[in-house]
Amino acid sequence: MVSRKSSAGSSAPAVLLSIVILILVGSTLYFHIAKTWWFPAAITPVGSQIDQQFFVTFILTGIVFVLAQLALAWMVFRYRDHGQKARFVRGNHTLEVVWTTATLVIFVGLGVMAAHAWGEVHFGGPQPGALQVEVTGVQFVWNFRYPGPDGKFGRIDPKDIDASTGNPLGLDPNDPAGKDDIVTGDLYLPVGREIELMLRSQDVIHSFFVRELRVKQDTVPGLVIPVHFTVTKIGDYEITCNQLCGLGHYHMHAMLHVLSDADFQQWEQKQEAQNAQAGQ
Amino acid sequence: MSSHASPVHHSEAPKGWIRHYIFSLDHKIIGTQYILLGLSAVTIGVILSVIMRIHLAWPNVHIWGFANGVVSPEDYLRVITMHGTLMVFFVLTTVPQSGFGNYFLPIQIGAPDMAFPTLNMLSFWLTFVSMLVLLSSAFVPGGSPISGWTAYAPLSAVGEIAGPGQGLGQTLWAVSIALFCGASLMSAINFLGTTIDLRAKGLSLMRMPLTVWGWFITASLALLAFGVLLAACILLLLDRLAMTSFFIPGGEMVSGVLLKHAGGSPLLWQHLFWFFGHPEVYIAILPAMGIISHVLSTFSRKPVFGYKAMVYSLSAIGFLSFMVWGHHMFISGMNPYSALTFSILTLVIGVPSAIKTFNWLGTLWGARIHFTAAMLFAIGFVSLFVTGGLSGIFLAQPALDLYLHDTYYVIGHFHLIMGVAAIFAMFAATYYWFPKMFGHMMNETLGKIHFWMTFVGVYCIFMPMHYLGYAGDPRRYALTDSVHYLARLQPVYVFISIAAFVTAAAQLFFYFNFFWNIKHGKKAERNPWRATTLEWQVSTPVPHDNFAGHYPTVYRGPYEYSVPGAAEDFTPQDVAPEQVAKA
Repeated sequence: MVSRKSSAGSSAPAVLLSIVILILVGSTLYFHIAKTWWFPAAITPVGSQIDQQFFVTFILTGIVFVLAQLALAWMVFRYRDHGQKARFVRGNHTLEVVWTTATLVIFVGLGVMAAHAWGEVHFGGPQPGALQVEVTGVQFVWNFRYPGPDGKFGRIDPKDIDASTGNPLGLDPNDPAGKDDIVTGDLYLPVGREIELMLRSQDVIHSFFVRELRVKQDTVPGLVIPVHFTVTKIGDYEITCNQLCGLGHYHMHAMLHVLSDADFQQWEQKQEAQNAQAGQ
Repeated sequence: MSSHASPVHHSEAPKGWIRHYIFSLDHKIIGTQYILLGLSAVTIGVILSVIMRIHLAWPNVHIWGFANGVVSPEDYLRVITMHGTLMVFFVLTTVPQSGFGNYFLPIQIGAPDMAFPTLNMLSFWLTFVSMLVLLSSAFVPGGSPISGWTAYAPLSAVGEIAGPGQGLGQTLWAVSIALFCGASLMSAINFLGTTIDLRAKGLSLMRMPLTVWGWFITASLALLAFGVLLAACILLLLDRLAMTSFFIPGGEMVSGVLLKHAGGSPLLWQHLFWFFGHPEVYIAILPAMGIISHVLSTFSRKPVFGYKAMVYSLSAIGFLSFMVWGHHMFISGMNPYSALTFSILTLVIGVPSAIKTFNWLGTLWGARIHFTAAMLFAIGFVSLFVTGGLSGIFLAQPALDLYLHDTYYVIGHFHLIMGVAAIFAMFAATYYWFPKMFGHMMNETLGKIHFWMTFVGVYCIFMPMHYLGYAGDPRRYALTDSVHYLARLQPVYVFISIAAFVTAAAQLFFYFNFFWNIKHGKKAERNPWRATTLEWQVSTPVPHDNFAGHYPTVYRGPYEYSVPGAAEDFTPQDVAPEQVAKA
């Protein structure tokens, strides 16, 4: 009940709220600065740009977060009922203009800044000579296809899809360009060379995601979606499916192996040899 | 506009239990029915989330009700699909608008009922049937669908070859949502007609309580958005049942079956769904914002700071909400230039939301704060809205969304800004309006225990999810054992789950407080909070036609608290100037 003659309001709720908000703000800052659970290091130049944009966003939103939460805690403490009269104020026009403008500038400014990294990813294609690899998602595996020595991808016909006879992608047996195509379950890439992935799906929407590349792209049936990047660090990285695709979504998993130029050529030659043998 | 069309006047309730309670045309009973429907939906929704959290923290623990006691991957996906669908539609879209809005809109504007009472009754029962259809999916062969509440095509369009539950279960889901759309459209027409036409003499638009503004703009959004979802569901049903190809492209090979569909676009479903889906989240939060402004003002004993700015920002949010849907689709394969446009617009829509937050802080500044349970939840809302809103700034930039999309970061974001914040507003509304609805007071101590446990609890549940997102933890994974980098996140999963159990248990205080005090609570005065708006000037219990034939005239705005020169620290809207006691 609210009575006009209420005694000096208890400061307990205000103190408790301040404590909760301080713990919230403190722990949030801590886990962000300590990076306890964090992004793995980026292994592409565009990945570093993305990380830079994240950092700027974090600083700006972090400042607003801390100030707004602390302001709330302070208001609640300072203006708890201790017998004072409330200030009859309808608003402040100048303040409205100032904080509207400031917010607009900061928010849209961030968006404009971020456009550069996004443009790097999507507004242009790769340089000519990029290594093209086709990625196909299907419930619940990833298949990767390389064009082979002829540098041409063979035609795909869904009627020919038959994983049990070793043709999971549906390579048209009548197309000679497809005879030397290399199909693998893991993705092998050379370091330092520009890559273009052509993303496809056979059945439902999947999503190709490698954390360290800072690459994520839905694979959509009926579309072929290109993404391009250059990897700067040799290593093994996990590929996960990032769009709910059914029962086995959680185990649609593959590995990205980034190799030195020499190792990659060796791997390619081994695949071509195996292909040629199988074809005989 | 000072004149109003006369709706049906009945100053006495109809006789007969069925007409009085079941098929009532009285907006107060219908509002209560919607609230109880929402309460049952949220109970099921919370139980489903507890099942999720048990499974995620301890995947091998046996849970009663599942085959072999273990939650299989398909069961897990069914649980998340039903959780999302129930919570978004039958709790967040229903309770703040159709529940509290139905109950209090007519009273707050000085009307005897909604403009179309029969339509009102029909929209409730259609919503009820919609929920039954949704729940029935759990009992049919194949069970509930596994495609999430977003039901992306082609997974949702090609039938049971795509997975368990994607047969009859998915069809029932689409039918349920289509029915819900119909009910929402009916309700939107009612809210708009009522607010435009039935306001009391003197109640100009800029004298309406912000709750009414919230309901009014929400109804406008609903009117424009639900039609699109209805169309999408019909197209989906046609693809599933009539061999059309709206969402299914040619050459689809699903589970070894080559489909004959051709020419469709999976992205079309996403565009249609999210064109509805984004206004939908504002439909969930706008009434909540109105309620929070209302409650903060009452217990600060001050006018809402920047009332005009609050009205303009609600309107701006409503208008812009139709222009940002693409931010759910940055990674979808949509044109990347569109992505940039949606990004800038999404950041722009953050501005009116920020304005509202500043004005809520302004309302608290210089206040005389009474810490009732309702007020605590309103203050909690402000904190949650700040946190949830700021995490949106990351997601609004496609370059950053590129990493965070479909990770736990998004789950943390939308639960805080939409789920939890809106629920806090519903709690605030309940503690605030309970005395008027039931004539008894809720217990303040239990309310405070409920608040503290819930406020701390929800932060413990959803803040860590942002960190899971940074680590790249994908959404909707039934198990984490296939991905090596997820192993070290398991302790975070356990922490979240324990927090979830404690928070869910804390809601028992609320259930008891609510149901016990309907009958046994301390008897309530007419205006226990000494508030200014019209619902507090009518007697408790509220007469059948709200005003016992004496419709009010409104002389001032809705938040005249602590007016200098007045004897009382509140000046009701309907007291003539010459009657206001001077100090």
